[in-house]
Amino acid sequence: MSEIKNNNLASSPFIPSPTSVGKIMRSVIYALIPGIAIYILFFGWGVLINILLAIVASLLFEWFMLVVCRRPVRVFLFDGSAIITAILLALALPTIAPWWIPVVGSFFAIVVAKHLYGGLGYNVFNPAMAAYAVLLISFPLEMTLWSVPLESIKSNLGFLNSINFSFYRELPPSLNFDAITSATILDQLRTEIGLGHSIEKVVNSSVFGFVAGAGYEWVNLGFLAGGLWLIYRKIITWHIPVAMLLGLLSISTFCYLLDAEQFSSPWIHLFGGASILGAFFIATDPITASTTEKGRLIYGFCIGLLVFSIRAWGGYPDGVAFAVLLIGLTVPLLDHYTAPKVYGARKGYDKN
Amino acid sequence: MAIIALTMLALIFGVLLGYTAIRFRVEGDPIVDSIDAILPQTQCGQCGYPGCKPYAEAIASDQAEINQCPPGGETGMKALAELLGREPIPLNPENGAADDGLPMVAIINDATCIGCTKCVQVCPVDAIVGAAKQVHSVLDVYCTGCELCLPPLCPVENCIVMISVEKTLKTWKWSNPQFHLEDSAT
Amino acid sequence: MRKLWRFTGGIKLKGFNKPSNTSSIHQIPIPEKLILPLRQHIGEATEPLISIGQRVFKGELLASSTSFISAPVHASSSGTIVDIGKYSIPHQSGISETCIVIETDGLDEWDSNITANIHPEKLSRENLHTIVKSAGIVGLGGAAFPSAAKLKPTRKINSLIINGVECEPYISCDDALMQSRPDEIIRGVILLQRMLEPNECIIAIEDNKPKAIDSLRTALEKLANAGVLDTTNISVIPIPTIFPAGSEKQLVKVLTGKEIPQHGLPYEVGVVCLNVGTTSAIYDAVYHGQPLISRVVTVTGSEVNQPDNYNVLLGTPVVNLLNAAGSIGFSKYKLIMGGPMMGMNLPNSDVPVVKATNCILVEKAEQEKGTKVMPCIRCGTCTTVCPMKLLPQQLYWHAKSKNLEKLDHFNLSDCIECGCCAVVCPSKIPLVHYFRYAKSEKKEHEIKLKIADQSRIRSLVRESRLEKSKREQEERKAKRKAERKKKKASIPKKDKAIEGQSTSVPEKIEDKGVKTKKVAKIAKG
Repeated sequence: MSEIKNNNLASSPFIPSPTSVGKIMRSVIYALIPGIAIYILFFGWGVLINILLAIVASLLFEWFMLVVCRRPVRVFLFDGSAIITAILLALALPTIAPWWIPVVGSFFAIVVAKHLYGGLGYNVFNPAMAAYAVLLISFPLEMTLWSVPLESIKSNLGFLNSINFSFYRELPPSLNFDAITSATILDQLRTEIGLGHSIEKVVNSSVFGFVAGAGYEWVNLGFLAGGLWLIYRKIITWHIPVAMLLGLLSISTFCYLLDAEQFSSPWIHLFGGASILGAFFIATDPITASTTEKGRLIYGFCIGLLVFSIRAWGGYPDGVAFAVLLIGLTVPLLDHYTAPKVYGARKGYDKN
Repeated sequence: MAIIALTMLALIFGVLLGYTAIRFRVEGDPIVDSIDAILPQTQCGQCGYPGCKPYAEAIASDQAEINQCPPGGETGMKALAELLGREPIPLNPENGAADDGLPMVAIINDATCIGCTKCVQVCPVDAIVGAAKQVHSVLDVYCTGCELCLPPLCPVENCIVMISVEKTLKTWKWSNPQFHLEDSAT
Repeated sequence: MRKLWRFTGGIKLKGFNKPSNTSSIHQIPIPEKLILPLRQHIGEATEPLISIGQRVFKGELLASSTSFISAPVHASSSGTIVDIGKYSIPHQSGISETCIVIETDGLDEWDSNITANIHPEKLSRENLHTIVKSAGIVGLGGAAFPSAAKLKPTRKINSLIINGVECEPYISCDDALMQSRPDEIIRGVILLQRMLEPNECIIAIEDNKPKAIDSLRTALEKLANAGVLDTTNISVIPIPTIFPAGSEKQLVKVLTGKEIPQHGLPYEVGVVCLNVGTTSAIYDAVYHGQPLISRVVTVTGSEVNQPDNYNVLLGTPVVNLLNAAGSIGFSKYKLIMGGPMMGMNLPNSDVPVVKATNCILVEKAEQEKGTKVMPCIRCGTCTTVCPMKLLPQQLYWHAKSKNLEKLDHFNLSDCIECGCCAVVCPSKIPLVHYFRYAKSEKKEHEIKLKIADQSRIRSLVRESRLEKSKREQEERKAKRKAERKKKKASIPKKDKAIEGQSTSVPEKIEDKGVKTKKVAKIAKG
């Protein structure tokens, strides 16, 4: 028995890890499914086409970059991170966007925002949001034409027709372009307030559903369900979503109470636009978010404040993407100053 | 108007700078001490300078490159590069191979030592004790492994040699995990 | 119900193969050879007091040290000393240290000097302390710190905590001990009470060991009813099962709500903490005069069919233990001393069981491929579970880049290497390995700095000495020159012979002066 040699280079612990990166990414994808399903239900196949296009493009670009950067392809290609980036990007795009929008977006997200900054775990900016920002600024027209809920056009733009539209911009004869596009609730509010009209008008218009944008509010509820499931499964912690929604809620309530004519109600802010998606899926991206508990609370809260600020006073109708990107820049600072006091630290300072 | 304003500004800042240059003048050259603190103090002379302090002074006055010190190795050179804001450069191979981490100390063979005191005089840290015509001995606690005492200085064959220090639990180190991870993606 | 606090972090570990039978402890046959390292504890190594060829009895003192933090080594069985030399010790590195090897004679004869103390209650505090020290008792929870050094605190102790928590999975030696020797443990606790005079005495046990809790409570009641010994301040407290609740720092927090200060010791918050095994050994030392020569070891693991607890003589080679446990028969396995969270790989199975061995795990040898380590995704789970409130992520980044300053800033030295962070990491990064690597780099760096400082001082002293002698020589030369000039002017020719001689002497000095000048040149440049 004395000839048994041990690989004594390894260190404890000798217990296998119960989670893996793949498991976490897959859980996030599952959590997105209810929201996506509702999205398809209300708005047709466009979103699914975008998602599929984005996934295929992302995986292709990911494979290409892994080969070029000489990283192990099998390990990284299917770890789920590229797929999540693709889905989040596709969800941020209008469903009637042409096919090359998700492809160009994927290129920027995967090649530039992710791999050129170092690959998985090293990217500074949330790739999906960075890509969205680039697309929004570069192709404002395509990025601001949003679809109406299907029931309002009383026809189902079928799967094949959707593909047709995406690739060839051809619609079936019964529909015309103007009929299927409309501004989003936040768009509408912005223009109307800018014009000096009261919010009442918008709230009573056809764009409005029960609490926020028609159709979109249900989608957000779907994402809320998914997000709560993620917290329950301990894939993400409650700090960032709660802090972000609290931040958004607090400042929007405050402003709404100040002037109900100028500022939309907090419910519109919570359930309109990408607030819920942002709170549970975008801001919680672990690689770009803060890592300490206190830091996360501050991070989420600041994003909430900034989202409202951009919506109310900024140049874009929805500020989630920009808010996440901007506050993400402050993460190293937050991490540095919110380090918890180590066990047994003597009063006054926590260094030796 | 602009000329007058700029001239006034220049004068004011000039006076201010001059004042601070005189008032807050730093005595001595602390950078030399900082460089010396990074050098391993082997005092071997492999860098071409007679000791670590002279080499530090040469680096500070830009007369020497930071890559001349083999006992300091890559780590030492990198630390110097960071301290001085210079680019890291590969170690100068002419000065000898980099220290691979195995400390060596000199040891004298009692049987062959003739007591010539040559090694006693040359040791830069007084780690060899011995009088004329008496057997010399190396205090291995103080030996830095500079190898100045080896032949040709020592006139006797196989009298003074370098041996590696025995590894004990006190000197054992954990290995770098990066070097034995299969398929590490990091 | 005593109020309990919670410590931050920690993880719940489930589903580990614990010995099915913890109510009895098995004996194993006396091995042919006993290998006793001179250092089985934290502190200075002992010096052997016996010589090769000497016959020793069970419990005889073999080696001791005069250092305050040390523990003597005793013979675990009777036999002859066959060697005092370097043997493999239970350490990851495979380094050998000096051990005393006894070839046992199978008679297991006790040293005649060892007698029971009939009236232990009459022994003074000093006596008790000396008995504990000379019995070689160290912390049997795995840390092996000489217990005697803990039993002379310099301030009033409020709580004496007896650690029966045993939070690491697989290990059950303390559980078995508490079930089979509860009376002895309580008596040991009472002895400790006499030595430390605390206000209260808590025996802490994890709540997943109901049998042990019952056993100790029953024994406590029995002793209380007997009315001979004072057990009023002693209580058995179950605590929630979270790893690492058994770690001293975390246990103190749970039971008293206080945190042991950084770089401090428990007595600073009025607490002394000892393992149940140590307490039982103290009982043996005081009541029976027996030194520490055996301990309970759990043999378990995924490759063991019948995991069990054994009472093992110190110095027994691990292979004997494995034979007794019947777990051999496959070729690729690895041995771990300790638990799966904090244990260490053993280099081979010839190493002996030492005072710190609480468990031997026999696990499947890892496949050659190894686990794939992904980049850190900054999920922060490691920070959530760290019981010391550290930031393992930051420590990881800085350990990778060997940034010693930043590692200090993030308190690397406070890491207790419990392994919680590494277990939850989704990227499977070997965090504890990185921290240990960083700690040893830091230690090496500090040693190098010390040596460098020393060398620098010696070099400066030497330079100034050489300069001084050079100056003195030149002064002497100048004086002699002046004298010669004077003499030349006043003395006639016939003394030229003497002159010739006298000039040769200065030459010799000059020669030496030249040599020293050369050396001084090298030194000064």
